[in-house]
Amino acid sequence: MAGDEKRVKVKIDHVEKIYEGRKGKMVALNGVDLDIMENEFICVVGPSGCGKSTLLNIIAGLLEPTSGAVYVDGKKVEGTGTERGVVFQQYALFPWLTVLKNVMFGLKLKGMNDKEAKEIAMKYIRMVQLEDFVDAYPKELSGGMKQRVAIARAYAVQPEVLLMDEPFGALDAQTRTQLQSELIRTWQEEKKTCFFITHDVEEAVILATKVIIMSARPGRIKKIVNVNLPYPRTQEMKMELPFLDLKTYIWGEVYKEYLEVRK
Amino acid sequence: MSSDAGKQKKKEKDLIGQIPNGGWLLISLLVAIGLWKWLSINPRTSRSFPFLPEVLEALKTMVGRGVLWNDFASSMISVVLGFVLGFVTSVPVAFLMAWYRPVRYIVEPWIQFIRNIPPLAYVPLVVISAGVGRRPQVIVIWLATFLIMTVTIYQGVRNVDETLIKAARVLGAKDNDLFVKVIFPATTPFIITAVRLGVSVALTTLIAAESTGATAGLGMRIRSLNNSFEVPPMLLYIIIIGIIGLTSEKVIKYLERKFTGWQETRNV
Repeated sequence: MAGDEKRVKVKIDHVEKIYEGRKGKMVALNGVDLDIMENEFICVVGPSGCGKSTLLNIIAGLLEPTSGAVYVDGKKVEGTGTERGVVFQQYALFPWLTVLKNVMFGLKLKGMNDKEAKEIAMKYIRMVQLEDFVDAYPKELSGGMKQRVAIARAYAVQPEVLLMDEPFGALDAQTRTQLQSELIRTWQEEKKTCFFITHDVEEAVILATKVIIMSARPGRIKKIVNVNLPYPRTQEMKMELPFLDLKTYIWGEVYKEYLEVRK
Repeated sequence: MSSDAGKQKKKEKDLIGQIPNGGWLLISLLVAIGLWKWLSINPRTSRSFPFLPEVLEALKTMVGRGVLWNDFASSMISVVLGFVLGFVTSVPVAFLMAWYRPVRYIVEPWIQFIRNIPPLAYVPLVVISAGVGRRPQVIVIWLATFLIMTVTIYQGVRNVDETLIKAARVLGAKDNDLFVKVIFPATTPFIITAVRLGVSVALTTLIAAESTGATAGLGMRIRSLNNSFEVPPMLLYIIIIGIIGLTSEKVIKYLERKFTGWQETRNV
């Protein structure tokens, strides 16, 4: 199947999320429709409060939509599932487990024995280049290393859809660039359907095949921008005109939303 | 070479660090004995603080009377039984309170209400129902340790990082996996703290517990020695209770390193 990118992997069907608070209703998502194709790398940008995290949590099955539904391979999402992996901004590593045990966590839950789980975990630890730290505890690792472990842990259970909620948001600029390059390489090695939230437009353009711009209050999709930059993507591209054009355009759209929110 | 110079400087700076921990303990002990000596000479305090030789003499006397060992054993049995009962009951109650809101809403006010009442106040009530002997002692220590440990462990369970639970869920954890593999290990530091507080409360409640008409025990003996104005053995018993506390703290420190240092793999 050459045209595998044409298949709808995740269907977001008129998802609405309303929070009922003491001060009345807050519409976080106002009827979001989106088809995510297989092996697409989607980046979602938008001002804070546009519901991008809410949408990710709904796809993950950690939150229930007020109405509408999400389908993965045509199957309605009800609760979490290992075909959908998540990488959180706060790493969320288990501090009482070593790097190896953290990466093995999901594999053991699948009922694998130690030997099998260890073999697969090691493969992904090597992929994120942390083979020298297998027996280290999270507290001994830097932020960038922790996030690498989290990515390895998500990859190890071999999800088909990878959801990432501002995974590099807490990292310094240099580490962030480095992890972006690694993520691009990883994604090319082992294709997955990615749904990546960021507030960094540059990050969105360098990673994505498609950038989704969301608007706030109520949260909905404002624009979808295709990113037709060639692979392998390099950091040098960030200096080139096609990249800059896209970045400027998207940044402008996001900024308009930001002004809108401030009103 | 500059590194040598640096070393030299560091050496001078680290004079305090040069003394090993054991050395500091010795210094601490010597200073304490010095203070004790001063208290034993000072006319205002000398009657309450007989010095070391008299206390050692008292040790001989109490061993000679054949009561020291019995008192020690009796107190330890009460403390250990009360503490163990307190621990095994506080863990499930704390988890139930954290897990089920109705349980929390109903039980938490009771605990907060009883927690600040000094055990000595309700000892007579316990004796009326439980009689005299071992039973009321254990009940009083049980109650006191149960309250403090429940509150501490409950706080720990409620403090478990939400994202860790989410992370486990998306990796395929079911409810019972969550409990065994996430909530329980995440709570262990609080459980260790609860044990520390529980042991401390068990010891401090001892005097109250043994005022229930006990026939032996460190706390009971201190009260009876008080009636006969025997100060050196009284001080001896007080020191013994302190030593028990220090020893249990050492054991807890060891448990803490083992279970919450997260330095070593423990479930292999």
